[in-house]
Amino acid sequence: MAKTPLQFRHNGRDVALFVEGGSNLLVVLREMVGDTTPKFGCGQGGCGACTVLIDGDAHLSCLTLAETVEGRAVETLDGIKNGPNLHPLQRAFADGFAAQCGYCTPGMLMAAKALLDKVAQPSREQVVEAISGNICRCTGYEPIINAVLAAAASLRASA
Amino acid sequence: MPVTVKTFQAVGEAASALSSDRGARYLGGGTLVMRDLNEGDVSIVTVIRATDRALQGIDAAGARIRIGAGVTFARVLAERDLGFLHPAARSIGGPAVRNMGTVGGNLFAPAPFGDFTVALLALDGMVSLQGGFGLRDMPLEEFLQSRDRQAGALAVGVSCIRPASTDAFRYRKIARIKPKGGSVITLAAHLPQSGGRVTGARIALGSMAPTAVRAKAAERALEGRPLDAAAISAAAAAAGEGTAPADNSLASAWYRREVVGVHLRRLLSGQES
Repeated sequence: MAKTPLQFRHNGRDVALFVEGGSNLLVVLREMVGDTTPKFGCGQGGCGACTVLIDGDAHLSCLTLAETVEGRAVETLDGIKNGPNLHPLQRAFADGFAAQCGYCTPGMLMAAKALLDKVAQPSREQVVEAISGNICRCTGYEPIINAVLAAAASLRASA
Repeated sequence: MPVTVKTFQAVGEAASALSSDRGARYLGGGTLVMRDLNEGDVSIVTVIRATDRALQGIDAAGARIRIGAGVTFARVLAERDLGFLHPAARSIGGPAVRNMGTVGGNLFAPAPFGDFTVALLALDGMVSLQGGFGLRDMPLEEFLQSRDRQAGALAVGVSCIRPASTDAFRYRKIARIKPKGGSVITLAAHLPQSGGRVTGARIALGSMAPTAVRAKAAERALEGRPLDAAAISAAAAAAGEGTAPADNSLASAWYRREVVGVHLRRLLSGQES
């Protein structure tokens, strides 16, 4: 079966490749682009581990048909740090012990970034809502919520 | 297994392609079709898409509102004029799912999903279907009853009535994981009143059958009566009549039948769940 050409921006860099029909974005990112920061969790849209930003909005890469990101901007955890410096969200997660086994963390961080990119001073309820599609099986939600609020404060202070 | 992806600009072309290929599935937001592909559903040979802007339209100006099938739940939530549908849209998934999932796709979601459709069913929903024969409107209830036979038709939009007041429409999703979990039971009730009496009540239930269904016995129990304790008790007692819930990991069929009346009573009484 013929492969389909696909071009999109991946963390600010243009990517051009050929994908098999029906491939999901998660597979393309992990196996073809080499970006393993989005994780495969359930493959059903239930866990949020594969969350990426597409044109700034949170999407589940496991349920995104690769062809639908043609010409669009895809942002993953791999792209959020600034050179050698961690993004304030990453710093807050590390400082606040918000990563336990860590498997949900990339998706949590991207879901949180989608919120903080739009809302500089989110309420606790807004943070809970933002990560409501992301499951943490270590049940470490409280440190995660606190870390997102701390990162928001840090971003405001540095603005 | 690779599939062939066909993208069309026009809805009519997509509908023709869909109706002429038994192995084709239409891709809306992807939350149903991509999940099936990820699970290795080999019955999907072709994925059909349409980029027609007509699928993205929202017309909320009149008493009957119309929403394009490709409108996402995030967009519903961004429309102030659709405020009465916000509780239903917000009860679906987390933000990422709401950025992807569409009103049209929700019509095809099997229990324990399809919560938005429950709200539309209570609001006299109509579905616009594009097939090889052209465009036709079908009552949502009729569409749901024959959904398995509608595989070749493309849903291009839905319409529903706008409730006359905030209190006239009530929606509640009972879930174990809030707000994103699948539904134990979903309830929606449109309760127009005239002269202090309920006239034309419509009550819809989700996860009480393979598709959303109307609780017609409960509707009859309310008809022409004031929404008082006696009428609510009669409706609650009749809530499970004609339903056929399934066992799943969220609840057993027995449990759903036992508690549907309790939740309907709370909904009609305005109590917190």
